[in-house]
Amino acid sequence: MSDTTSVGDATTGGEAPITFYRLQACPYCERVARLLEAFELEYQSRFVEPLHSKRDVVKRVAGVRTVPVIVDNRTGVTMAESANIVEYLESTYGSGDLSSSETSAVAGGDD
Amino acid sequence: MADFDVVDLGPAAHPAVGESAPDFIRPLVTDEFWEDRTLSELVAEGGQTIVVFTPMIGSFVGTYVWEELRDRDWAERADRIVGVTASTPYAVSAFITENDAPFDLFADPANDVADAYGIPHDLDGMAGVSEPRVAFFAIDDDMVITASWVATDWPEFPEYDELEDEFGL
Repeated sequence: MSDTTSVGDATTGGEAPITFYRLQACPYCERVARLLEAFELEYQSRFVEPLHSKRDVVKRVAGVRTVPVIVDNRTGVTMAESANIVEYLESTYGSGDLSSSETSAVAGGDD
Repeated sequence: MADFDVVDLGPAAHPAVGESAPDFIRPLVTDEFWEDRTLSELVAEGGQTIVVFTPMIGSFVGTYVWEELRDRDWAERADRIVGVTASTPYAVSAFITENDAPFDLFADPANDVADAYGIPHDLDGMAGVSEPRVAFFAIDDDMVITASWVATDWPEFPEYDELEDEFGL
């Protein structure tokens, strides 16, 4: 979906079951993105602003102003904090061994 | 009016009324976030979609157009207005906030969408920078263009009252 030159073959993840609120270049968000890719999950990225004060949508959806946040429409789960999200994705979609090092990572520190 | 000739861009090779509007996918910037969306996806929500191309964020031309549309209440009067401009999502996001613009705009810094619509304008004195001409396309829910207005001078703005008549606003 990284389309830089062609505008003709338009596809979209607008119907994707997982909505992923993220900040460009945020390592905690990239960590979640890697796992979504690894589990081949369809997701729609929504990029928010660096300033927490400009993240009303995240606050409304998840009750916090940090990202990453995912909303999984298949399970009805809305979740913040990358360590929690990693653990959720692993237990919901993982085989058990892919991200053992990820799940043991220290919680917190999200952007 | 100026007592000299303004820059004549000439006619653009844009899709005509009755032809299909080129589809595209780009980040659509709202007042809260941006995400990849296709034009066809928005059009499929029904009604008439008006696609408004403007020069890059920061140019007075783009600012004048969006201020005019805001003040004329197009957001309320049209089924759907969507912008396209050759700026980054961050610039578009800041513009929406600072101008209280009740519009969503596609961010297309490489100006590929304007290319697809035959309305790119390579800027003299800004090497490598291209932006859309001011242009309006009315599109029905089958992606067919039903009316259009494309600038042929630089700068040029539409007669908004006439445009509203033609676009059924």
